[in-house]
Amino acid sequence: MRWLSSIGEAFYNAWIPEKRYLAYLSGLRMTLLISLFAVMIGILIGILIAVTRVSARHSKSPLVHFLDQFARLYVTVIRGTPMIVQILIIYNLVFTSPNTNPVVVGAVCCGINSGAYVAEIIRAGIESIPIGQMEAGRSLGLSYRTTMTSIILPQAIRNILPALGNEFISLIKETSVISIIAVNDLTKMAGYVGSRTWDVIPPYVIAALFYLAMTLGLSKALGAVEKYLAKGQRK
Amino acid sequence: MSLIETRNLKKSFGDHEVLSGISQHIEKGEKVVILGPSGSGKSTFLRCLNLLEEPTSGDVIFEGKKINAPKVDIDSVRQKMGMVFQQFNLFPMKTVRQNITLAPVRLRKMTQDEADERAEELLKRIGLPDKADAYPGELSGGQQQRIAIARALAMSPDLMLFDEPTSALDPEMVGEVLTIMRELAEDGMTMVVVTHEMGFAREVGSRVLFIDQGIVAEENTPDEFFNDPQNPRLRDFLSKVL
Repeated sequence: MRWLSSIGEAFYNAWIPEKRYLAYLSGLRMTLLISLFAVMIGILIGILIAVTRVSARHSKSPLVHFLDQFARLYVTVIRGTPMIVQILIIYNLVFTSPNTNPVVVGAVCCGINSGAYVAEIIRAGIESIPIGQMEAGRSLGLSYRTTMTSIILPQAIRNILPALGNEFISLIKETSVISIIAVNDLTKMAGYVGSRTWDVIPPYVIAALFYLAMTLGLSKALGAVEKYLAKGQRK
Repeated sequence: MSLIETRNLKKSFGDHEVLSGISQHIEKGEKVVILGPSGSGKSTFLRCLNLLEEPTSGDVIFEGKKINAPKVDIDSVRQKMGMVFQQFNLFPMKTVRQNITLAPVRLRKMTQDEADERAEELLKRIGLPDKADAYPGELSGGQQQRIAIARALAMSPDLMLFDEPTSALDPEMVGEVLTIMRELAEDGMTMVVVTHEMGFAREVGSRVLFIDQGIVAEENTPDEFFNDPQNPRLRDFLSKVL
């Protein structure tokens, strides 16, 4: 355990010489960008899939039921296979050009993965609202859409939000998998530093601290949002 | 012309036939009370009237128009039929006032000011004038159900459907809800009421139906219905509940 005796020096080497901290920061920037766009793609896909699945329950349209079958397949496949395998398939299937933007690659891969989980979170949130709420709205003459948007969804959001926050936190962590397809994210950059210093543990510990800071920051922010939403809340 | 009419109404859930052909005319101003053992199909019949359940076959005709047909705008039909549920189904995130005014305002029947005024009026009528800003969760079951009635009345419906409105209430709260319903009946509202309240059926009903095994097994004026039941199953039912 050589590094343990000279722990301060090892971290110094992993951070200062050759402005190595800039490597982490560029990796951090990449991870943040990928996470941000992946969340947006995930929410977009998630809403589309959830809307399809929820409306299939009452719709008679064959198109909606076809889309529902597709949505089920998507959710099953994404949730039932490892993200790393999904990334390797999507990357080699779609992004074969050498000049593809790494942010796009990472965001699309992670977003497609996250969408399945977001869809299930939204669907479960909507279905947790008692059927009587929909019936009450419809019995007053409100349309399905109006009842959904002005009565069901505001109630469902409260159930959805905490779970969605957890999903985003795990998404930030899981973007690290993207480093296997040569995207220079935080994990990858820590690896580069390690290959220069011949000591991989300090850079990975530094990367871990960055991830921890991001996830802690996000969970604090989500906690504040939840508190804010709970303010006007009564039973 | 009847206000609402069913013709050979049938409803199945999978292989299980719940309604086996019900033909009924309900006239304007009538108060029809539906009794029957649980599982007999009486709630399903009521829910078919505003198409919360879609009939498997047969017709529902409201104000002269068949409403269980494609291309019928069911939302505008439902605006004329209020419904009160066993579980109240008030909107928990909205205040009492918002519960009452939501539909009239969203459906552009009234401005928010007009609807607020109407809500005040209705709340006074049901004896809860000071609850406009309360949330449903803060109110008792009886109060919630009275507000659910007010919410339905805010749309000025031609017909009111009641699906066991007192079954989920503590016994001491049943009376306050029945009182509101009685007053509504005296005002001339057309009402179809599924209930287990025999006293209400006898006093308020203009006609009582006994639904059993998916058909109307007996119908009569309350006097005849309770004092001289013909159907043996009705006799058996009444001997258990009276």
